[in-house]
Amino acid sequence: MSLVTAKGVSKTYLTGDIKVEALKGLSFEIEPASFVSFVGPSGSGKTTILNLIGCLDKPTKGTLTVGGTDISHLKRRTAASFRGENIGFIFQDFNLLPVLTVFENVEYPLLMVQNVPSDERKKRVMNLLSAVGMIEQKGKYPDQISGGQKQRVAVARALVTEPKLILADEPTANLDHKTAYMVIDIMKKMKNESGTTFIFSTHDQKIVGEVEVIYVLEDGELVDRQVKGGKGNV
Amino acid sequence: MFNIFKIALRNLARYKRRTFLTASLITVGVVFVLVFIAVTGSFKYMMIGQITDSFVGHLQIHKKGYLASIDNLPLTLNLNPKALKKVEKAISETAGIEAWSKRIKFGGMFSNFVETTNIRLNGVNPDDEINTVPLLFSRIKEGDKTIRKGEILVPELIAKGMKVTVGDMVVVIATNKDGSVNGKQFKIGGIVESATGPGGRDGYMHIKDAMEVLRMEKMDVSEIALRLSDFNALHEVHDKIKGMLSKALNKAGKPAFEVHTWEKLSPFFNIARMIDVMTFFIKIMLIAIVLVSIMNVMIMAVYERIREIGTIAAIGTMPEKILSMFLFEGFCLGVFGVLTGVILNSGVLYVLNRVGLTFDFGRQKGLILSPTIDLSDVWVISAIVIVVSVVASLQPAYKASKMEPIDALRHV
Repeated sequence: MSLVTAKGVSKTYLTGDIKVEALKGLSFEIEPASFVSFVGPSGSGKTTILNLIGCLDKPTKGTLTVGGTDISHLKRRTAASFRGENIGFIFQDFNLLPVLTVFENVEYPLLMVQNVPSDERKKRVMNLLSAVGMIEQKGKYPDQISGGQKQRVAVARALVTEPKLILADEPTANLDHKTAYMVIDIMKKMKNESGTTFIFSTHDQKIVGEVEVIYVLEDGELVDRQVKGGKGNV
Repeated sequence: MFNIFKIALRNLARYKRRTFLTASLITVGVVFVLVFIAVTGSFKYMMIGQITDSFVGHLQIHKKGYLASIDNLPLTLNLNPKALKKVEKAISETAGIEAWSKRIKFGGMFSNFVETTNIRLNGVNPDDEINTVPLLFSRIKEGDKTIRKGEILVPELIAKGMKVTVGDMVVVIATNKDGSVNGKQFKIGGIVESATGPGGRDGYMHIKDAMEVLRMEKMDVSEIALRLSDFNALHEVHDKIKGMLSKALNKAGKPAFEVHTWEKLSPFFNIARMIDVMTFFIKIMLIAIVLVSIMNVMIMAVYERIREIGTIAAIGTMPEKILSMFLFEGFCLGVFGVLTGVILNSGVLYVLNRVGLTFDFGRQKGLILSPTIDLSDVWVISAIVIVVSVVASLQPAYKASKMEPIDALRHV
């Protein structure tokens, strides 16, 4: 059974009086424990499809299911709850909370969203900080660590709730070559260990080279689907 | 809860200067209001004490209609011995009355054998009077601090105008209730200082002398002044004694007596009420200061943290938690302002008490204020500031909690 299923998903924005069709009838399926990327030029709809899958936005037309739940029409609170339970986010700008330490940033979703007991919380946070190589920096604040370290913390924060799905919007855009590879390696390792599905939106060839499935978007349409080791049309 | 509190405190610490300035504004407001309440409150209670303890007493009982005619000091509206007995019975059955004093009030002519002027006089039993209005003797500027038979305490203005002093002989002439005139010679036993309010410029003599001047065979009393053991029970005792005396009816079938608190007897009560109104408006100003400053700082906080709000909302934080994070920030600002305000207020009051604030009121000069503040006032002001701080944070916090994560994350 697919983890993500999109059927005829469209998204139209109104910019003033002008209608902008960001996505035009997208249909695709993403399997569990896969490493998938949406690629395409700016304005092709990569971030829009990630926002729809992440329950941050609703499609104008079509249906979208994640883990068997139709998320096309979720109400605000239900969507928040669904995100907290099932989806992790990695942002281009890391989006760590500046007033929390590295440890506290990773702990935040367990504490404020899932209400996980203290011992369990500590164990999970420490395991992940160890896995991303940030255990030494756990007491530091985000402004005391580098960009690559911030993104490793962000990866740990996304994984700590053990979500089915992690959405990463341009996760390596603000990282240098070496750091970007390190972060990609960590994500890949986590995917293999935990079976979490990673969906990226990216221009970055480093990620494109590592993913298993690539969806190519152009002007809001899905124009190609490439599977590692072969190329197949949508 | 603790974690929301922790995040709120860290966010306040993050913008140190802004937090300091806002909390300082609240602190200044709290100090200003508490000092104002302390100074005006001590002035009010000092003046009430001066008035009630110098001549008015806490409560007064008269025959019905006496107060309306008090300017004439009508002897026809005095309480006869039968009525007096009823009043004495009511007093003895009412708890909380520390002392009481019978007074015969009358108007007469005062002569130094050269000139004559009019005078208002109180015939009192000195022991009862001093127990009821303990500051009376402190108003005696010259002469012994007592009222002896055959002596008169002359108000200072009359003494000055008539050029008489302690030891001089004078004559008091008065018309009794039957209309006949009688006079009696008195030695001036003391000069009594004026006090603010009606009755504050009256002279005093022994009640038996008053009876003699007015040719009373039996004691007809103009008023009975009462002193309570607990001033705060004023209205309770008033209602009780009024209720007891209301059963006694006159020939018209209406209550034979009237009972009044000092509030009805002294115009200072209106000044006291004005002080309360001013205090109320000062509190309103404090609320406005807190409301505007906290709302301003919280609106800024929300605006500056839109992307953070988007991040925590995207992660799955429920709107009510986002709301409470900002409410806690406002709450903490309020608490911080209140704590420092209360501490600083204690310091300011200490200094004011050490320095000694003096003021003049009417003819009373050099009154020394000792500003103090009730713990209840501190609690009320603290509660107002903290509640207003939370209320002021409500709108920005609500806005933050209602923010769509996708819009917040796009915010630059």
